[in-house]
Amino acid sequence: MNVSNHTANQISVAINHKLSERGGRTFNLDVDLDLPAKGITAVFGESGSGKTTLLRCIAGLETSSHGEIRVRGVVWQRETDFIPCHQRRVGYVFQESSLFPHLNVKKNIAFGISRSPSQLDTEHYHEIIELMGLASLLQQYPDQLSGGERQRAAIARALIIEPDLLLMDEPLASLDMKRKQEILPYLESVHEKLDVPIIYVTHSIDEVARLADYLVVLEEGKVIANGGLKEVLSNIEHPLHLGEETGVVVEAEVRERDSEWNLIRATFEGGELWIRDGGDEIGHNIRIRILARDVSLALSEHTDTSIINRLRVEVEKIQYVVGQSMLLVSLKAGNSTIIARLSRRSAHHLNINEGMEVWAQIKGVAILR
Amino acid sequence: MGFSEADIGAILLTLRLATTVTILLLLFGAPLAWWLARTSSRFKGPIGALIALPLVLPPTVLGFYLLLALGPNGPIGQFTQSLGLGTFAFSYSGLVIGSIFYSLPFVVQPLQNAFDAVGERPLEVAATLGAGPVDRFFSIALPLAKPGFFTAAVLGFAHTVGEFGVVLMIGGNIPGETRVVSVQIYDHVEALAYDQANQLALLMVVFSFLILLSVYGMQKKSHRQVLRFSQ
Repeated sequence: MNVSNHTANQISVAINHKLSERGGRTFNLDVDLDLPAKGITAVFGESGSGKTTLLRCIAGLETSSHGEIRVRGVVWQRETDFIPCHQRRVGYVFQESSLFPHLNVKKNIAFGISRSPSQLDTEHYHEIIELMGLASLLQQYPDQLSGGERQRAAIARALIIEPDLLLMDEPLASLDMKRKQEILPYLESVHEKLDVPIIYVTHSIDEVARLADYLVVLEEGKVIANGGLKEVLSNIEHPLHLGEETGVVVEAEVRERDSEWNLIRATFEGGELWIRDGGDEIGHNIRIRILARDVSLALSEHTDTSIINRLRVEVEKIQYVVGQSMLLVSLKAGNSTIIARLSRRSAHHLNINEGMEVWAQIKGVAILR
Repeated sequence: MGFSEADIGAILLTLRLATTVTILLLLFGAPLAWWLARTSSRFKGPIGALIALPLVLPPTVLGFYLLLALGPNGPIGQFTQSLGLGTFAFSYSGLVIGSIFYSLPFVVQPLQNAFDAVGERPLEVAATLGAGPVDRFFSIALPLAKPGFFTAAVLGFAHTVGEFGVVLMIGGNIPGETRVVSVQIYDHVEALAYDQANQLALLMVVFSFLILLSVYGMQKKSHRQVLRFSQ
């Protein structure tokens, strides 16, 4: 295995894989991606878009795939070289609980450790156990755990072997809303505290908005968008078919708390926003989401409205879709971009043009984390 | 009236035969069942059918061909003679070979079902955790298929105890060598010793019932069918 330095902080995946599914339909996954070897890369797409197949190819579980895979400079696959799954330094968290039913949590976690080529660092072990909140569950068997606990144990099992890359295939999809909310903070702390790169497959744009740093959008086995989360979400030229969920994500810092009205003031690159107080401390960085349907435009600043967040912005681009009543407008607020969704009639009525300065009125802002 | 010496000899011989056959079948049957459960080879169907043949063939047919094969002019007979072992027809070894074929489906099918039930996922998980193919078989597939091994062992044992046609064809009726319980019962009936026949027959009924009870109890506990042809 050759390690060359210039690719040590990169994951490159070029895969061509034909799959014939039941019912005779053949499915072709054809991607060529260079991903950062840090943070969370979300792979987003509808079911059947090839997300899971892509992960399985990266892990080496699809043995008939063609292509080239390099992770941090190590070749996992190239032409006739195919490192089998069990020799790739990969962690894999499956969609449903995948704990071995005949082993308790501790032995499930130990399974990978005893087969790992590197020595176990006890400090790392305790860090992971604590991070995933498993200390009191180690003696339990999988059928004694809740869905969320099982998934936490599976994540710990994948992390403990210190993989070069962690693959997660819709780890929350089998959980109900409450369990999802319970597990998301654990995923965030993995992101924060460990430097393992994660490829996270999901069909939930909420999870993407909350967790991802980098976004790859798949459609019928092809990459239709790929880049930093903020850039991809704010690019209206390649619509992601998110419908009502179309919107942007911005990083902001909490500056001030107004306890009389239960609001906080947060600043981002494009200005400041007053947001419902969710208990975030002053000085903290928060990630917020602004949906296009919650942004309306006005030619002058209106003070006689219930909307408290008004930003001076410049119209960057207008995306017309023939035959539709609505259109998307991307707006430059400082260095940030937000998107507004208007009816075509309003755009015509206000005579909105690219380069124009307008007021964006933001009705709703959600803190993601 | 208790069991005669000949009866006890037959019972011990039967137990020895069934134990030997069961152990051999588990050793050979496990890899075969593993292959059948996981292969997509076009030979899967024909080989599966071949293994299941003893389920539908009259034991005399199986016994007849085995007799030919094991006899002095048969391929196996020629082979064993060339090794200086003589022929296995009408011997305990011949009986073991015949019983292995006869009981094969009763061991392979529960094992195959158990391996099927394990599924691909746990093995893939093990691979992502660094376990190679052999490691995966021993650390994941075998423990997860344990109920199947129990059923296979019990059924293979019981079915060997219960064979008659194959024994008569290739084993004959040699006391201490090939005269098993079922043959002994036949002898008692021939001799009109109905009381003695009844004793042994009743023992077989009780034994078989208890065996099946343990298998069905096991199925209830594991919530799945381990015996495909018991439906």
